[in-house]
Amino acid sequence: MKNNILNIKNSIHANRRWALIAAYSCLIIFVIFFLFPPYYMLITALKTNKEIAEMATNPWLIKQGITFEHFIYLFTKTPFLTFFKNTIIVTVSVVIITMVISVLAAYSLSRLKFWGSGVLATGIFLTYLVPETLLFIPLFKIVGWLGLLNSYWVLVLVYPTLSVPFCTWLMIGYFSSIPKEIDEAALIDGANHMQMLLKVFIPVAMPGLIAATIFAFTVSWAGFLYPLAFIYSESEMVLTVGTVTTLIKGDVFNWGSLMSGALLAAAPPVIIYAFLMDYYIAGLTSGATKG
Amino acid sequence: MKFSSFYLWLRQKPRIAFFMCLPLILMVVCLIIYPFIYSIFLSMLNKAETKFVGIGNYLFLFKRETFWLVVQQSIFFALVAVFFKALIGLIAAHSINAIPSKGQRKWRGMLLIPWVIPPALSTLGWWWLFEPTYSAINWFLVKISLPAIPWLSETFWARFSIILVNIWVGAPFFLIMYLAALKSIPADLYEAASIDGANYKQKLYYITLPMMKNIISITILFSIIVTFANFDIVRVLTRGGPIDTTHLFATYAFRVGIESGDIPLGAAVSLFMFPILGTLAFIILRSVRKRALEV
Amino acid sequence: MAEVLIKNLHKVFDRTEVVSGIDLSIKDKEFVILVGPSGCGKSTVLRMIAGLEDITKGEIFIENNKVNDIPPKDRDIAMVFQSYALYPHMTVFENMSFGLRLRKFSKNDIKVRVDEAAKVLGISELLDRRPKQLSGGQRQRVAMGRAIVRNPKVFLFDEPLSNLDAKMRGQMRIEIKRVHQHLNTTTIYVTHDQVEAMTLADRVVVMKNGKIEQIGTPDEIYNNPATGFVAGFIGAPAMNFISCKLEKGSKGLYANITKDIVLSIPKEKNIKLSKYVNKAIVLGIRPEHISENKQKNSLKIVAKLNIVEPLGMETMVYFPINNTQICGKVSPDNTIQNGKVITLYFDSLKFHFIDPETDLVLN
Repeated sequence: MKNNILNIKNSIHANRRWALIAAYSCLIIFVIFFLFPPYYMLITALKTNKEIAEMATNPWLIKQGITFEHFIYLFTKTPFLTFFKNTIIVTVSVVIITMVISVLAAYSLSRLKFWGSGVLATGIFLTYLVPETLLFIPLFKIVGWLGLLNSYWVLVLVYPTLSVPFCTWLMIGYFSSIPKEIDEAALIDGANHMQMLLKVFIPVAMPGLIAATIFAFTVSWAGFLYPLAFIYSESEMVLTVGTVTTLIKGDVFNWGSLMSGALLAAAPPVIIYAFLMDYYIAGLTSGATKG
Repeated sequence: MKFSSFYLWLRQKPRIAFFMCLPLILMVVCLIIYPFIYSIFLSMLNKAETKFVGIGNYLFLFKRETFWLVVQQSIFFALVAVFFKALIGLIAAHSINAIPSKGQRKWRGMLLIPWVIPPALSTLGWWWLFEPTYSAINWFLVKISLPAIPWLSETFWARFSIILVNIWVGAPFFLIMYLAALKSIPADLYEAASIDGANYKQKLYYITLPMMKNIISITILFSIIVTFANFDIVRVLTRGGPIDTTHLFATYAFRVGIESGDIPLGAAVSLFMFPILGTLAFIILRSVRKRALEV
Repeated sequence: MAEVLIKNLHKVFDRTEVVSGIDLSIKDKEFVILVGPSGCGKSTVLRMIAGLEDITKGEIFIENNKVNDIPPKDRDIAMVFQSYALYPHMTVFENMSFGLRLRKFSKNDIKVRVDEAAKVLGISELLDRRPKQLSGGQRQRVAMGRAIVRNPKVFLFDEPLSNLDAKMRGQMRIEIKRVHQHLNTTTIYVTHDQVEAMTLADRVVVMKNGKIEQIGTPDEIYNNPATGFVAGFIGAPAMNFISCKLEKGSKGLYANITKDIVLSIPKEKNIKLSKYVNKAIVLGIRPEHISENKQKNSLKIVAKLNIVEPLGMETMVYFPINNTQICGKVSPDNTIQNGKVITLYFDSLKFHFIDPETDLVLN
């Protein structure tokens, strides 16, 4: 066996140090790559129009003072606040509808067996094979018959198709991990199924519920294709569509306001994420470890 | 309380279960299955929706060069973008896993941000970054003596841009999934491998990657489906240009169906996606199921 | 010559010292067992020998080479883990040959070694199976096989039998002994089970709170424990500990337990105890030395039993002295019942006296 005392290059500490250097280098590069666009959006939103137009200066820094004029313009001269209001109404409604449908379905699919329940549980995920980019055309016609075209309520109708399958699947996973003995104890205590759901399952699976709620919220807030296809009037638009289409008047791109609009519109999901990050990630990955 | 026979029939477990599932079933049937079938029917009508033309729309598309361009672009876009997203996700997940646990949460939090911002809005930011006159990226390139790049006006760079933005938006998803998968591999396997004589590369090749095969397949499948059907990024960044060279199925269907008002043709375009997605799903799911029986 | 030398080993986790100064010298081919309660640091010591934990202070030498900073793969050791750590996606053959494949052994060499190890362990028919298809005992053997094919200088075992049921544990214990006799390699084994320690070891190292309480052969540990802790840890059922007061009487020293129970202490023990006259002291005596057999130095005691445990091979009887439950052994033919009075004899030559403050056995 070779004498390894002199093989310092291969020592545990050297290996570990090298690994850390490599890891941190990669992470720094990735962080720069992932965060420079939002950073730049923020910088632009706070820059004066004059500085934005000046091409000689470093666009990555603010040299001529921070201004909030873009935000003020956004609130006073554009329908931005209407967009915000509409988005909130739509999103909150969709989240409630999604959670009710998903939780009920998940409870029944994970606990109560009926003819076809196995098929349904796995089939749920197949709905993602029929994406919104396929459905928006027939839905355009269907929604027209229902008279819902050009109203933000149409989104409350169709957005759940985006969130319910994943949320149901998520909740099935969480509910399935609750030991059956708890059901039996509750049944002996005299609970019927609704009570069991409300008083036992929901509290125990709360992390999953929070994750599902966050997901439903994020998906609704970010919806773009459906509102673009179904809504034309500014008064009915939601933030994503409104910011992209109406903040550009003619040939003049008011980049400062555009960026401030984009940032504010993007803020709620990011804030929720910042506070509830662990639930978010736990929800996403519960499939990776369980499923 | 009178226990009418109907009430008792209702209270049976399977009945309750069914009713709890009913909203879901209704939603799937009315808003997914029915529209899907309806779109097949729609795709077989003429533009004015008065006559039945069978596969006329499809034949029309097959003859158009733009359509084939869209098919190629969509496939290329999906494969290239997903490959890089998976690669970046894998490297980033390994990097996070390699640093002390206390710091991991911070880095993970920062790296997930692109995925949390609504894509339509973050793409606005990229659009600004690519803006021909004011591009901040070009400013930087010029500063280091490289030529400015026509990000959105030249075909090659326009395609590059949409793939780049898609990678930017989607890589964090892979990062999160792979990180979770990495953490689920028992630590003592690596210890046993250390003692058996494995160095870092060998541990990666013999232990990490084989044990992650399943999750890698599933995330790639899921991502190919989602990337293939992408709309937001292309719409905001290039609207399919220059000269249709960045159109994907979704944006092209939107252009043809809604903007040009030919709904049946639009339906035909978007329906074309379905068999491709279905085949992919079938292939990958089958190999995943096979592997699940082994390990 | 695969000797292992440990000098002044310390380990600190998060500001808590879990290993506080271990000095141990293990001879070539010796089977040494580190035993102690959970948290005593024994696994940590083993992992430091393996290179899986950093050494905070101190040195470890394998075959006269200092290995502190050498990665596990270069220390020429093999380890059997508590959870077996078998690679789930590899067959038994691939699991066992993994180390050899990494070291670029020829296919032929690998086959020869694996087949031989499989034969020794009786797992030759399992070579194509995957870990998922094996029972606990079989997995344990594969884990051992993986270690054996490497032909290392030192075998390390980290509580390998803890995850097995009692019956399997008994069988595997014998397997391990047999394999050690066959291979004759230095072995360091960690367990919390004192039965394993007593039956397998050449020498036993009893640990508590990161320190060594005593090192000795199983015989020495059992008959001459150095501390009250060792005395109580080794042996099942555990040694009885009775608080008493040491008194000097006309015929020598006495242990005054209660006013009714005063036991005379054999002269052989008198010298070491003289300093403790009129002080509180702890008397230790093993259940096997409290029996119905009257011998030369036996002291009689009359006891009312409150628990009787017939175990088939012997019967354990329990009776109280001064609120302490004392355990003794009687023959299985004795059908005495709970609540009855029995005459038992304490073998006074087997008394151990423990200083209650230092926990040292005074012998």
